[in-house]
Amino acid sequence: MEDLVSVNNLTFSRGQRVIYQDISLRLAKGKTTAIMGPSGIGKTTLLKLIGGQLRPDSGDIVFKGESIPKMRRSRLFEVRRHMSMLFQSGALFTDMTVFDNVAFPLREHTRLSEELIRLLVLMKLQAVGLRGAADMLPSELSGGMARRAALARAIALDPELIMYDEPFAGQDPISMGVLVKLIKELNNALNLTSVVVTHDVTEVMSIADYVYILADKKIIGEGTPEQIRAHESPMVQQFLLGRADGPVPFHFPAQNLEQQLLERR
Amino acid sequence: MEWFARLGRSTLEISAGLGRAAYLLVGALFAKPQLKNIPLTIKQIYVVGVQSLLIIVVSGAFIGMVMALQGYTVLVDYGAEESLGPMVALSLLRELGPVVTALLFAGRAGSALTAEIGLMKATEQLSSLEMMAVDPLRRVIAPRLWAGIIAMPMLAVIFSAVGILGGQAVGVDWLGVDAGSYWSVMQASVEFEKDVGNGIIKSLVFAFIVTWIAVYKGYDSIPTSEGISKATTETVVYSSLAVLGVDFVLTALMFGTH
Amino acid sequence: MNSRKVEVLVGMFVALAAAALIMLALKVADRGISGNGETYVLKAKFDNIGGLKVRSPIKVGGVVVGRVGSISLDEDDFSPVVTLVIGKEFDKFPSTSSVSILTSGLLGEQYIGLQPGFMLEDDDILKPGQFIEDTKSALVLEDLIGQFLFSRGND
Ligand SMILES: Nc1ncnc2c1ncn2[C@@H]1O[C@H](COP(=O)(O)OP(=O)(O)O)[C@@H](O)[C@H]1O
Ligand SMILES: [Mg+2]
Repeated sequence: MEDLVSVNNLTFSRGQRVIYQDISLRLAKGKTTAIMGPSGIGKTTLLKLIGGQLRPDSGDIVFKGESIPKMRRSRLFEVRRHMSMLFQSGALFTDMTVFDNVAFPLREHTRLSEELIRLLVLMKLQAVGLRGAADMLPSELSGGMARRAALARAIALDPELIMYDEPFAGQDPISMGVLVKLIKELNNALNLTSVVVTHDVTEVMSIADYVYILADKKIIGEGTPEQIRAHESPMVQQFLLGRADGPVPFHFPAQNLEQQLLERR
Repeated sequence: MEWFARLGRSTLEISAGLGRAAYLLVGALFAKPQLKNIPLTIKQIYVVGVQSLLIIVVSGAFIGMVMALQGYTVLVDYGAEESLGPMVALSLLRELGPVVTALLFAGRAGSALTAEIGLMKATEQLSSLEMMAVDPLRRVIAPRLWAGIIAMPMLAVIFSAVGILGGQAVGVDWLGVDAGSYWSVMQASVEFEKDVGNGIIKSLVFAFIVTWIAVYKGYDSIPTSEGISKATTETVVYSSLAVLGVDFVLTALMFGTH
Repeated sequence: MNSRKVEVLVGMFVALAAAALIMLALKVADRGISGNGETYVLKAKFDNIGGLKVRSPIKVGGVVVGRVGSISLDEDDFSPVVTLVIGKEFDKFPSTSSVSILTSGLLGEQYIGLQPGFMLEDDDILKPGQFIEDTKSALVLEDLIGQFLFSRGND
């Protein structure tokens, strides 16, 4: 199986704080890879590293045989036309209609006529079921619709890699179902490589071909959904089942409670 | 020891900030000019210029009127009320036009620019541009920077003109200074290059400073509600102080000798 | 807000600014004198220039014809020398013309009044760089008061 992206021995820190310590992972071409982990572990950060918005302290990220961190800015911009990212908030441009949002990448990066752009945009909107909302402003959309509109924008240029940042977070069950279906369908129809970052275990297990679980700066488990479900690591099981306490402690590291309560100020 | 450490730390922070501000400026102003950016710049001129027009016209009129009133009460004691024209015109053209416009612009348009860009950052719009292989400096910052630099001198000219008319309304129409002498004495002592021209140069410099601070503060803000509100306040405070400080230097250079 | 309307409003804004600038140029600043026109220079030596300053106006019968270009001190006799920058269109002053330093109003600004003399011969006009011989210095208030008191004392 060929890899579209491979992350090799990556270390990254924000200031003093280490986010990733020597992790490696691969995104197989044409497959959907899920990356799971609790909030604040650095999932968005990982996607930004792959997109070249952040540079690793050490290690390498290879996209189609080319090292992202070593690219010049102009080359990086070329490469980014082949990847797209669905941001957690949708990140629609608030001063444009849904139509113009989806048309934006086409207008920026192609020389297509307005007529052709209109056709393409309407097709993309049809794919996410929002053709009727083309003239609405992002502020008029519900959360689920905004994310679908952003998805239409993300696939406007037919990218090879699409990165979903917590696509299900804060969605009602119906929107969630719609998004799961969309991601699955797009992946099959367009032969995309997808990476879905999330902490919603059940949804992602149903669409992922391969799963990585992050905790504490490292990858603590990886495999197909079946392998993950059967994983022997208690940390993986705690995450999958959502237990409050376990190897990942409920309490943030602190001094002894008794001691702190009795302490004189 | 702690004191030195703090001094060192803040020096480093300030230099890093200046570096980032300079990087933003270079990235935005010296980016390859693009035809696509012209409509964006026009839209921003609408936002920062046209939408600031009302406050500029109203303030200009009132300031001109107040100056005529105050000036008249002083000048009339010396029988020099025909000097009202030059007094109003020169103070507006050389100082009040550029400076008050810059201060109002900082409060009206600068703070809005900072908040807008800060919110674009917080809602990941800037990141998403970046991921779509569109440089936010070119696409978001440059049109706003240019629009500010273009719009503010125009506002300052309008401010001065309206102020002089306001001065006439009070000085001539109300207080009875002779209309002929209001204008002719003004004409005799106002020079186009020196007074009007230097005033425009001043306001160009202020426009640059205020807009630069506004877009930088937005772009560099911490993308939370607190961070954006802090950045907005800082835009108004820093740009007002910078305008007043730079105004002193420019005035000394332009009008200081003789 | 559609972009057509924005364009129209911005266009009107630019037109308004241009109108304001034209008003400043034509109505507020008189571009006639020493703004754009060519000039030539005359000189005059005074005993005392009082409060005359560089850029003070030079008037003939109340009409501004030029401005004071510079003020210096003659190295030999320590009297002030004033350079008068005068518009090219006023280049026919007879060499018998006189200049005096006058005050507009009681406490107003000082300016130079140029009193054209009689034309004795056809080509006897002031040439660029020439000194005007007949000069009257500024009236210094303190001197006037002193003279007044002195003459009273003599009565
Ligand atoms: N711009 C930033 N500057 C400093 N720290 C940041 C920044 N962005 C994120 N972080 C920190 O990095 C960590 C990982 O963030 P993120 O990747 O957003 O986590 P996740 O997406 O998994 O919730 C968080 O603890 C966050 O506080
Ligand atoms: Mg995140």
